[in-house]
Amino acid sequence: MTKALNRNQMAWRVAHDIPDGSYVNLGVGMPLAVVNFMPKDRDIVFHSENGLLGMRPLEKGEPEDPELVNAGKRPVRMLPGGAFFHHADSFLMIRGGHLDFAVLGAYEVAENGDLANWRLPDSKDAPAVGGAMDLAYGAKKVLVICEHNAKDGAPKIVKQTKLPLTGKECVSKIFTDVAVIERTGDGMVVREMVEGMGFDELQDRTGAKLRLANDWKPLEVPDLPEPDARRKGS
Amino acid sequence: MIDKRVESAEAAVADIKDGATVLIGGFGMTGEPRELCNALARRKVRHLTIVTNNAGSGEFGIGYLMKEGCVDKIVCSFPRVFGSTVFEELYAAGKLELEMVPQGTIAERVRAGAAGIPAFYTRTSWGTPLAEGKEIREFDGKGYVMERAIKGDAALVKASKGDRWGNLVYSKSMRNFNPVMAMGAELTIAQVSEIVELGALDPEHVVTPGIFVDRVVQLEAKDA
Repeated sequence: MTKALNRNQMAWRVAHDIPDGSYVNLGVGMPLAVVNFMPKDRDIVFHSENGLLGMRPLEKGEPEDPELVNAGKRPVRMLPGGAFFHHADSFLMIRGGHLDFAVLGAYEVAENGDLANWRLPDSKDAPAVGGAMDLAYGAKKVLVICEHNAKDGAPKIVKQTKLPLTGKECVSKIFTDVAVIERTGDGMVVREMVEGMGFDELQDRTGAKLRLANDWKPLEVPDLPEPDARRKGS
Repeated sequence: MIDKRVESAEAAVADIKDGATVLIGGFGMTGEPRELCNALARRKVRHLTIVTNNAGSGEFGIGYLMKEGCVDKIVCSFPRVFGSTVFEELYAAGKLELEMVPQGTIAERVRAGAAGIPAFYTRTSWGTPLAEGKEIREFDGKGYVMERAIKGDAALVKASKGDRWGNLVYSKSMRNFNPVMAMGAELTIAQVSEIVELGALDPEHVVTPGIFVDRVVQLEAKDA
């Protein structure tokens, strides 16, 4: 029996991949949960594109301040050492390569690192790109957090993307509910798999060609509850 | 004597013309110059192009401008947010043109306009549908997309404090696009929660220097 991770566990795993001292932007949606699971002994400075460095989540019972929100328009607080700045400086930080990591959601990631995460072609809704394209090329490393397969079972890690692109060859590492996969100069390499998952099954559930790292490890996370439903937005 | 103070939101926006390009600060409802937008909407100006990150929440502010039929086109990165019903209806009915621009490209296009830079190249959107029809150029082996500057006829912004010279300071994340939009227009109008005496704002802390600002109006904001 495969023990797939829930979304909080996926966020926990991403959080534990980010080294002490990093400057990190979290995309809207699933990535925002990463902030909740940072190891306490690491100084991580979270950047929010609406002009914050050094934000932290609201603690239980802490009042909401409508003047202090993150990129998902959700209330946050600032850590000692935090800073405010305007949007042009905020995107200068992103586009000028000053961020160490961006954590983004994905509809599709291709074998060559192409990312599609902003537009479903059959959608009647207006498009909404937000800061995704800026982050895709701007951050030194783009980490993707997404379910390994869509609800209908279709793989999200594919040979070639079909959906409108966010950026080309920009994804460094993918954290799914069943595996951690790194894009290397030599293709997609599986670094971790959850208990009960075999490489052949993982390859069957993936469109891109995978290779199992010689030193691959079990993907292990603590027990965590499923997150509450959250609002979208940027 | 420089005195940029005006009495009311109505007076502040009285001469924005039909067909104007209006830059609007804010990120969602945070820092949205809602009362200035409301005053402009009540004038029922027509054929505006508005440049702003989101397309309004509810039927006030940017939402009210669109609901009153003032807006032909919106230049925006993320129109769909909680409560953006006015936008969604108008868009679905084909009554509103949308120019989809990555968030950082909006900020940089306005900043470039403010800095006298007519166009620039950026990596953002290269190889994506949003680069289609745009000039592509290679620098150091990488593809870049040319983007044109945006210049506003007017800018509506919100700040927490201002003085009669037009110096502005903001509060927390309501700063967002406001200082950028404030730099980018012929006529910049700031709504502030409080007008303070000249000299009360520490020059070290002024975020938007008054050179960018033409009018300051003290308004009691209903919300953030």
